[in-house]
Amino acid sequence: MTARPSLAALGLALVLGAAFAAAPACAERLIVSVSNHRVTVTPNYSGEELVLFGSIEKDAATPATRTNYDLVVTVAGPRADMVTRRKERKFGIWINTDYRQFLKVPTYLALFSNRPFDAIASPEVERRQQLGLNNVLLTQRVGPDYADVVPNDAFRSAFVRLRSQHGLYREATSAVTFLTPTLFRTGIPLPAEVPIGTYDVEIKLFSDGALVTKTETAFEIVKVGFEQFVANTARQNGLVYGLVTAFMALMTGWMASIVFRKD
Amino acid sequence: MQLYLPIADIPVNVFLILAMGAAVGFVSGMFGIGGGFLMTPLLIFVGIAPAVAVASVASHIAASSFSGAISYWRRRAIDPALALVLLSGGTIGTALGVWTFTLLRSLGQLDLLIALSYVILLTTVGGLMFWEGLRAILRARRGVAVPMRRSGSHGWIHGLPLKMRFKRSKIYLSVIPVVVVGLIIGFIGAVMGIGGGFILIPIMIYLLRVPTSTVIGTSMVLTLVTMVFATMLHAVTNHLVDAVLALILMVGGVTGARFGARAGQKIRGEHLRLLLGLLILAVGMRFAIELVIRPDDLFTIRETGGTG
Repeated sequence: MTARPSLAALGLALVLGAAFAAAPACAERLIVSVSNHRVTVTPNYSGEELVLFGSIEKDAATPATRTNYDLVVTVAGPRADMVTRRKERKFGIWINTDYRQFLKVPTYLALFSNRPFDAIASPEVERRQQLGLNNVLLTQRVGPDYADVVPNDAFRSAFVRLRSQHGLYREATSAVTFLTPTLFRTGIPLPAEVPIGTYDVEIKLFSDGALVTKTETAFEIVKVGFEQFVANTARQNGLVYGLVTAFMALMTGWMASIVFRKD
Repeated sequence: MQLYLPIADIPVNVFLILAMGAAVGFVSGMFGIGGGFLMTPLLIFVGIAPAVAVASVASHIAASSFSGAISYWRRRAIDPALALVLLSGGTIGTALGVWTFTLLRSLGQLDLLIALSYVILLTTVGGLMFWEGLRAILRARRGVAVPMRRSGSHGWIHGLPLKMRFKRSKIYLSVIPVVVVGLIIGFIGAVMGIGGGFILIPIMIYLLRVPTSTVIGTSMVLTLVTMVFATMLHAVTNHLVDAVLALILMVGGVTGARFGARAGQKIRGEHLRLLLGLLILAVGMRFAIELVIRPDDLFTIRETGGTG
């Protein structure tokens, strides 16, 4: 996605927001920062936690009475197409039968808030703002159509459950903590299997069940070192990689026959 | 010590993999087999994707069979002509195998195929070996002389045309069954991640009547070339060969094999066959159970295309 349409969309959203949410003027500003904008994954990486700090800046237009803020932080990793398959018993054995394709879904997805999503906003707002794993848009190919399905769909819930088991999808409704009424922090756990790429972080500020403002930041996960070099070579230069591996095998075998010649 | 495997995409304990390599190497040295049929399942059982296990074990077997082939070559226990004819079928079989592998992977049925072929192959071969070993032991107990080789009994295989003289093995045989055997071994080797020695050797002895002096060395040459070829094809088409994993396995494997070979010399042939039969049977049963019982999770996810 280029910057232009997203800016246009943001502009439109702001105009719409101003038109509909006429009552309170959106005067808060969010200032956020992550502890590290570039996480390097080394061969012995076994998970890490990033910290996101932020502060809610009020100005003269902010109603003085407004103090009860809610925050929802959404971290979305690089997107990819995935297939979820279901096993069924056929001829006495368990085999893959049915499957669904998930299109351009985040490989990592984390949703954090300071209290349960249903306490922050109404179900309608939850859905529109994609609060919680049940409300995040996960596009499936359903026949010729592209659509998200109901949260309790077997394939969708299995998909979310399996990703969650690996720590790649997570939701924590008490992860955002307010240090002062306007200063907050949250941890972003990144498991060992974390996919590499750009991670978008979206921070939404709610008050009295309505979205007040939002901001975005990003960080990047890069793998460095020998193992990443190996992975890149395998994908980009399959032939060279195969040749080197085969040569390595022959060398190892040859070395062994020299070392253990006595036997 | 944790190490991240670049292609398998999971962190593993180096010593665990090294120990597995050594254990399988020990067994393979003891029985004079490649050990792929044990290595691939073990890797699958510790959580490495079957596809990656199959592709990586291919290079591991290449290493151990090369080390074996060198020592057999020194002892002139390899029939080059026979090896060449086997290879002509073997390379085609390997290419077909890798092609089938790729096709089934895209259909989501690869894991099933791998498991099913393990069940069928291992229970059959394991059962036969076990039975053979048991009968031999019983016969030896009863003191009946074991007919070593029914020479002169030529089956239909020996009536086929295109006969060729294999000098070092001192046999006169049609090339057709030899090419077909190479083809089959190459095919299952590429699909299942095994060298195929434990099937090839009995076929060569009982069906093709290759003398025992050249059978193991020659079968190792076939294993070596098909596995090098399979490594290349898996690397080029599926990008699934994990070189780091393969290297750890190789180092463990070749070391274990030497100690295994020594241990093997101390056990009698029938007992060895009985043990190997049991081992193969056990691995086959493990796969069968996996297929029949209800899996912990009916759902699986696979990434089909990264879009960044």
